[in-house]
Amino acid sequence: MLMPDFSWIIKMAFRDFRKNISRLLLFVSSIVVGIAALVAISSFGENLTADIDSQAKELLGADLVLENNQPLGDQPLDSLASKQAAEVNFASMVAYPETGASRLTQVRALAGEFPFYGSLETVPVEGDASFRQGGKKALVEGALLAQFDAQVGDYIKVGEVEFEVVGELQQVPGQTGITATVAPTVYIPMEYLEETGLVQYGSRVNYSQYYLFDEGTDVELLIEPFKDQWEIDRVDADTVEDKKRQTGRSFANLSNFLSLVAFIALLLGCVGVASAVNVFVKEKLASVAVLRCLGVSSRDVLLIYLTEIKIMGLAGAILGAFFGTILQYILPLVFEDFLPVEVNLGVSWISVGFGLVTGLLVSVLFALLPLLKVRNVSPMATLRPETADTSLLKDPLRWAVIVGILLFIWGFSFYLLDSWQLALGFTGFVVFAFGTLWLVGLLIMWAVRRFLPVSLRYTLRQSLANLYRPNNQTISLIATIGLGTAMISTLFFLQNLLLDEVRFADKDDQPNLLMFDIQTAQLEDVKQRVVDKGLPIMQEVPIVTMQINEINGVDKQENSELPDEERMGRWLYNREFRVTYRDSLIDTETLVEGELRKFDNPGDSIFVSFSRDFAEGQDINLGDEIEFNVQGRPLKTYVGSFRNVDFGQVSTNFIVLFPDGVLDAAPKFHVLITKTQTDQESAEVQAEIVRAFPNISIINLGTIVKTLEEILDKISFVIQFMALFSIATGILVLISSLIISKYQRMRESILLRTLGASSATVGKINTLEYFFLGSLASLSGIVLSFAATWLLCEFVFEIQFRGAWLEGLVLYAGITGITILLGWLNGRKIINQPPMDILRGN
Amino acid sequence: MNILSIKNLTKTYSSGSRKLTVLDDVTFDISEGEIISIVGPSGSGKTTLLGLCAGLDSGSTGSVTLAGKDLQNLSEDQRAAIRNQSVGFIFQNFQLLPTLTALENVMVPLELKKRKDARAKAQELLNKVGLGDRATHYPTQLSGGEQQRVSIARAFANEPKILFADEPTGNLDTETGEMIEKLIFDLNKEEGTTLVLVTHDLDLAAKTQRIIHIKGGKIQEDAHA
Repeated sequence: MLMPDFSWIIKMAFRDFRKNISRLLLFVSSIVVGIAALVAISSFGENLTADIDSQAKELLGADLVLENNQPLGDQPLDSLASKQAAEVNFASMVAYPETGASRLTQVRALAGEFPFYGSLETVPVEGDASFRQGGKKALVEGALLAQFDAQVGDYIKVGEVEFEVVGELQQVPGQTGITATVAPTVYIPMEYLEETGLVQYGSRVNYSQYYLFDEGTDVELLIEPFKDQWEIDRVDADTVEDKKRQTGRSFANLSNFLSLVAFIALLLGCVGVASAVNVFVKEKLASVAVLRCLGVSSRDVLLIYLTEIKIMGLAGAILGAFFGTILQYILPLVFEDFLPVEVNLGVSWISVGFGLVTGLLVSVLFALLPLLKVRNVSPMATLRPETADTSLLKDPLRWAVIVGILLFIWGFSFYLLDSWQLALGFTGFVVFAFGTLWLVGLLIMWAVRRFLPVSLRYTLRQSLANLYRPNNQTISLIATIGLGTAMISTLFFLQNLLLDEVRFADKDDQPNLLMFDIQTAQLEDVKQRVVDKGLPIMQEVPIVTMQINEINGVDKQENSELPDEERMGRWLYNREFRVTYRDSLIDTETLVEGELRKFDNPGDSIFVSFSRDFAEGQDINLGDEIEFNVQGRPLKTYVGSFRNVDFGQVSTNFIVLFPDGVLDAAPKFHVLITKTQTDQESAEVQAEIVRAFPNISIINLGTIVKTLEEILDKISFVIQFMALFSIATGILVLISSLIISKYQRMRESILLRTLGASSATVGKINTLEYFFLGSLASLSGIVLSFAATWLLCEFVFEIQFRGAWLEGLVLYAGITGITILLGWLNGRKIINQPPMDILRGN
Repeated sequence: MNILSIKNLTKTYSSGSRKLTVLDDVTFDISEGEIISIVGPSGSGKTTLLGLCAGLDSGSTGSVTLAGKDLQNLSEDQRAAIRNQSVGFIFQNFQLLPTLTALENVMVPLELKKRKDARAKAQELLNKVGLGDRATHYPTQLSGGEQQRVSIARAFANEPKILFADEPTGNLDTETGEMIEKLIFDLNKEEGTTLVLVTHDLDLAAKTQRIIHIKGGKIQEDAHA
């Protein structure tokens, strides 16, 4: 076969393109939103990565940070540092004496000039300087001040000491807005830490040592000789490079996840492209037959239209990349709670290139599916149009394109997820979701055709019959709008269910106030105060902290030298276990294997019980010998049983359970759980306990719900912002399909009007058609989202599914309403013009 | 010398288990420069015969030799190349490409032949059919008669050895139809092209040198004027 004459093909493509530009632009608009979303996320990610790199020192605030849960003591590299700072941080209640209010916070006691890079940004600006001048002063995050309704100049009480708030923290190195939501930070000077009385034996405290070295020091090289010892001592060392890696990785994950959401919007747009090209091709069949008659080969015909698609795909990608680059400037507002660094935005050419290539590729791939039909058009169609056989089922190229599309989806998701299994799962999900909606569309069309009763009122019958008129794109609209709806509503339903789950936990018989860090000496007094308030002691649990020394005789060092398949997780040896002891199970536990064995006599073997999920994940088996390190003392135990533990309840749940009699003498703290009837009661007991025992931390369910609400709100805002792209794409596909079918609707309207139908009748038929279209699309999406939410509830979150019928109804009404409105806007001119005007206009 | 030779040509369509024979064992030859018409009632198989003669489709059995080439063993794309080199078409419904101007429509066969003078030649042909000043108009901006004249200019553009015309006046009023008939015959005379007309208009057929009557897929009569 001769080589194609590309210059002629391009010439013909441009000739055809001139007259189709507006229609082709319509199909291209479907991918603009998806590409814009992808480019925006990608550009933002690129710029963020560059900023993380350039601001990594500010992120860490030092060249090196050492951390441990015990005082670090003197370190061999102390003498090498040009500056040092120390910090002790722990969770503790902080009270506002003026009102008695209190809240769990992250207290950070600081000595030295940390951060060495960047600063503790405060309002007023001189707050930081004032804090460092000495005295009982504190820097506090805005979230805490807002909750206390306090301001700079007021006093807060940390433990036994009152501190003057000299600044509201705006920026803490390496901290994001979301961490402030969980536990706002309070900086106090280290010299008053002891006076607060909060750090006692058994308290859960982290010790950090910050180092600044002379400029040009290779920190990685410098710390190399000390690493082994730190490993043994369980000291965690973080350098600027580590921080860069960690922060970069977590933001790469976020950015990849969001890109995946944007990719779904793009895929929806691709369905729009395929659907619009399908109509385009159907209208081109006569021209194709003429070209074939004139001697143009099937390959060259395909190339002519493919060239048009490429031009428009590129135009769509360029538009998308342009909007995406602009869009990234509003992303910092969306992500502000998650950003650890200040982002400097600019055009990311890598992302723009990525958007252009992706746009071009998807438009060609998805357009090819319907476009391949032109190869099968017989020139006989010029003489007999009915011979334009476009059956594609047997066309091997079509199957090759389908495989190409699947490979593209898999490849793209693999690029984002970096796991072929996850990418396969995502591809499967996309195929399943599209396939389900496609089948639903087919089923509905079949049912309408099969069961539409002739006795039905004419307007109703005609509008339903319109759903299966040729080129109506009913199925692709059900698929695109349906999937957009499904995404939005699944997120929405799930968020509500998660919040409800926590809210519903506040039932009559369920505890709602949790006090922890109670010292043994304080226990009786605390219990007495609780009982005096008329509150029940629902659980009183001792907690002992420990680590694992050996598993089946293998210590941490030996484990690290084992081959991969025999090695246990390294973190298992580093993890701090908080365990309790009792000889019975509680409501949230069930024994699933082995038995709970008591410890009767000193010298007996000690049998502990593990959470089955944890044990399975870590490859721990019944009978395994585990030596714990209970604050310096080795304790040999055996795995005697496995329990199922429901961690979803407000309760103290433990991975490891010891029998009574083993840990009674170990240093420990206690947790006490009670139930208050009102917020007022809860606030009163909280205030009294914190006043009397400042080291005791208290969480009430109200705070958990509020915190969870805030976090979910922030996360769901980001996800819903991204899902908006899918909805926007769905609407664009809808608009494009309405415009594409406009002339067909026009012809039908003329015919009806000529036959004597009034404008009102034609209008009613059209409105009813849009109503059915919108209803079918949104209902399919909502039903799919109910199914997805149920699956997620059942298998991922393990919470009870409750149908959000009202929300579903609102979504249904909203989407159907938009469809009717757009349809009405599209058709209002047709309805109101006299038929002759339209005929002449045609 | 024969430009078209049809031997025992049969065309059968299958519809489920049913077989429908549209052309049944048709044999005839057409000499170079001959002007013939194929006539018959609706459904007699004349359009099918035209399509097979022009290589737009292939027969079930028998052979079609066009310009010395046996079309039966050629692929559709190979037949397309022969159409471009040797065949011209005029259709009942004009079949202009709606997105191309009148001039560009005429240029297509010339460009396919890689003629450097495609534009000039197309303009010359448009002048010949009296549409020189409508070259930049799109088909929708032309009347039916004008569209058919563009179609005729396009049919003659690649200087075909044989020209097939399917009911060329079928969609036109009498006056315009007569004008188109004249144009076809004049141009044909000028170019010396073989002309095969399919029509049910016996007056038009009478103007050709030979009339093949077809009915029920079989040739009933092959008469020279």
